[in-house]
Amino acid sequence: MTTTETTSGSKVLGQRVLRREDPKLLTGEAKFSDDLDIPGALHMAVLRSTVAHARITSIDTSAAKSRPGVVAVYTYDDLKDDWAGPMPCAWPVTADMKNPAHFPLANGKVNYVGDGVAVVLAHSKTAAVDALEAIEVGYEELDPVLDLEESLADSNVIHSEIGTNLSYTWELIPNKEAVDDAFAKAAYTVSERYIQQRLVPSAMEPRAVVVVPAPFGGDYTVYSATQVPHILKVMLALTVGVSETKLRVVAPSVGGGFGSKLNVYAEEVLALALARKLRRPVRWTEERSENAVATIHGRGQIQNIELAADADGKVTAVRVNLVADMGAYLQLVTPGIPLLGAFLYHGVYDIPNYSFTCRSVFTNKTPTDAYRGAGRPEATYAIERAMDALARKVGVSAVEIRKRNFIPTEKFPYNSAAGLVFDSGDYLTNFNKALDMMGMDELLAEKKLRIDAGSRKLLGIGISFFVEMCGLAPSRVLASLNYGAGGWEAATVRILPTSKIQVVTGTAPHGQGHETAWSMIVAEKLGVPLADIEVLHSDTAIAPYGMDTYGSRSLAVGGSAIHIATERVLDKAKAIAAHQLEVAEEDLDYAEGVFTVKGSPDRAFPLAAAALEAFTAHNLPDGMEPNLEASVSWDPPNFTFPYGSHIAVVEVDTETGKVDLVRYQAVDDCGNRVNPLIIEGQVHGGIAQGVAQALFEEASYDSAGNLISATLADYLVPSAAELPSFELGETVTPSPTNPLGVKGIGEAGTIASTPAVMNAIVDALSHLGIENIEMPASPERVWRAISAATRK
Amino acid sequence: MQVTMTVNGQTVSRDVEPRTLLVHFLRDHVGLTGTNVGCDTSSCGACTVHVNGESVKSCTMLAVQADGQEITTIEGLASPEGELHPMQKAFQENHGLQCGFCTPGMVMAATSFLKENPHPTEAEVRLGLEGNLCRCTGYHNIVKSVLAAAESMGE
Ligand code: FES
Ligand code: FES
Repeated sequence: MTTTETTSGSKVLGQRVLRREDPKLLTGEAKFSDDLDIPGALHMAVLRSTVAHARITSIDTSAAKSRPGVVAVYTYDDLKDDWAGPMPCAWPVTADMKNPAHFPLANGKVNYVGDGVAVVLAHSKTAAVDALEAIEVGYEELDPVLDLEESLADSNVIHSEIGTNLSYTWELIPNKEAVDDAFAKAAYTVSERYIQQRLVPSAMEPRAVVVVPAPFGGDYTVYSATQVPHILKVMLALTVGVSETKLRVVAPSVGGGFGSKLNVYAEEVLALALARKLRRPVRWTEERSENAVATIHGRGQIQNIELAADADGKVTAVRVNLVADMGAYLQLVTPGIPLLGAFLYHGVYDIPNYSFTCRSVFTNKTPTDAYRGAGRPEATYAIERAMDALARKVGVSAVEIRKRNFIPTEKFPYNSAAGLVFDSGDYLTNFNKALDMMGMDELLAEKKLRIDAGSRKLLGIGISFFVEMCGLAPSRVLASLNYGAGGWEAATVRILPTSKIQVVTGTAPHGQGHETAWSMIVAEKLGVPLADIEVLHSDTAIAPYGMDTYGSRSLAVGGSAIHIATERVLDKAKAIAAHQLEVAEEDLDYAEGVFTVKGSPDRAFPLAAAALEAFTAHNLPDGMEPNLEASVSWDPPNFTFPYGSHIAVVEVDTETGKVDLVRYQAVDDCGNRVNPLIIEGQVHGGIAQGVAQALFEEASYDSAGNLISATLADYLVPSAAELPSFELGETVTPSPTNPLGVKGIGEAGTIASTPAVMNAIVDALSHLGIENIEMPASPERVWRAISAATRK
Repeated sequence: MQVTMTVNGQTVSRDVEPRTLLVHFLRDHVGLTGTNVGCDTSSCGACTVHVNGESVKSCTMLAVQADGQEITTIEGLASPEGELHPMQKAFQENHGLQCGFCTPGMVMAATSFLKENPHPTEAEVRLGLEGNLCRCTGYHNIVKSVLAAAESMGE
């Protein structure tokens, strides 16, 4: 396959168009938030709690205040009138959800290592950071609550004002009796318990924020390394008490997010409040080890999953009980994360009876929130691991158990027992393609050969077939889940008098290549060169409406909005052309930027001329408004449901416990493919993150509640040396949910790969009687499991 | 104290605190913000530059240690006429970057790696870039980019 340098005209969709955003990123010209040169800005530094749970008995800031270069030092008491309310949580999942008040600085008590205690402003970053050391804090330490089940027992309550550690219980049990009945009648049952360890998202760019007050008028520009400039604007307005009309939020180049920048953080609130208080620009950039405790964590669940199956291994019911770790407070969408998986614990299988319960608890740890996949990797992990467990019980292969249970193609659109309508799918075709590509027979033979020969290095093959709900999306469905916002997306397409095209979108990329993909959508429709199209985004002054970028939504929702706006612009141009050529609109053809009269192609009117006509407005059809522009806010009727077969091959060294991922293959179906180059990149990166959960990463705490893996030296983000190249394939089942027929691919790799790898490890060792290993499957854990099994 | 060095072919001289790291010298004193800071434990490689042609994590070196040396940053890699270095081209052509935050360091590390090993295998590339972390690409296309650059530069 060849890549395409630049492309002009229609038929650009589906091509491997090189990214337009690359040159400035490759030459250092791009500006990330910390790169902005803001004269006179004060540097902010946050003093963080070094203990997990304590009452603050005293804070002495006097020595810090007198240090050279220090402008101000504040605690909660100094600033309590400088914000309008507590930090926002936009997803009250139940009416009785407990949400303890959470302020940018601790109010008399700290609840996790990293909780903000005081803030320093100074003329330089070093002066600000040095001054932190001069602040004296007295702590009266309390026992920390670290274990989820211990938290649930409520013997030690973190937030006494709410009287319990349980934030909420959320249930989805359409028919309990039917589920109980299915278990009573089952020929086989499995009951599994899995731990979703906490993860540190670790976007390579740490967070950063710069707030610049306008020289007059009381306006503020907030530059932030955020995925959600629009949501941030609304939330800052409400939280700090600044009129939304006075706030402009800009996300410059953003160095990855993976959900961790889908939030409203204390430092953003502090920087705005302090810029207002001192009438000075204020800037803050996170240190990496600060990121580990002060930016949200992902996952953090105990999953209990049970399956009931008939004598053929056909699953008749799934019952799930989760305990989810909220951490110390609820951040922007913390409580909603388990719900994003709640509907998907039956995976790709046609399971008629469904029961899901989640209890979410507070702990003295960093708050959790969205991390790539958010709820769906957890669900996929549980069902895909449990299906393998069922296969072992029934005595069939992992392939066979899946084939027996797939939602049949003819059942699409599929009404799931959990209440969703799956848009489209052909699982068996995708699965067969993946099995063919992989060469399963040789792998299985090789695996057996090694066992028979008593090889030190055993082979394991792990399958994971995932489906996700993404393209967040239908506002009414989000309303039924009590989500605090809609799921629409806004787009404006305007053709300027010189026929250059501006595309304004409410999506906010941080590595996804939107400028390239969005211009392709417009170029396809208008048949104009990509170079004539400019995509404007991530600035609320330029793109006032938007719902931003997360949940694999930008293409399915934002891209569709752009597609529809482009159609409307073209319709208007057509009316102008028809008027000029004095023919009916139906008599016009359009191709490559030119309208022609059907049957007499020499009678032509270019799009560029229509743009100029719309601008001069000298001779427009009666009643037509000047200018060639269309704005759309599009709310899709449903989620999209991408899916795919992922297969991992691992080699387990039985003497050291070391696991090597030797092959990884993904056959994804994300509907129609706009730019395969970008799709593949998303899949690669996603796979790496999911593999990292399986093999390397864990936010681990000691018994006092200190995060042990708080630096990149201790938290094992994999390097190139730990990973193989990936083998990719695809099937294409367009989504009927949106006009582009696309589904979304940003999270797919992460969702699918964790269970594929863990199933592969268990597959390598199951003949020894090993059925489970906790993540990350470190050499030590694997070695211990092997030696315990072989000692038996 | 006064430090003087050549950065991307130009002599720069600044008065800095002795504890100033080379990366902060480049970013804050010279205004070259292409070199990024991704960690505080010299683990990520986002800050990689060339010192006398060899790749160095610029957060591990004091500005004073670079006194009198020749520094190349990502801003100095393309030709003065603006033609991209073959490594930069290879990264674009093979989609070796997504958010681009690791990219300057990755490109600088990769160019100096190819100088030492002009015809590497895939495994050698992976090992050679071990000190540079990327959270977006899963390295697949980075490795492909470096192999492609090796081929185009060897021609
Ligand atoms: S900034 Fe991470 S290695 Fe230098
Ligand atoms: S491209 Fe984002 S960290 Fe490498």
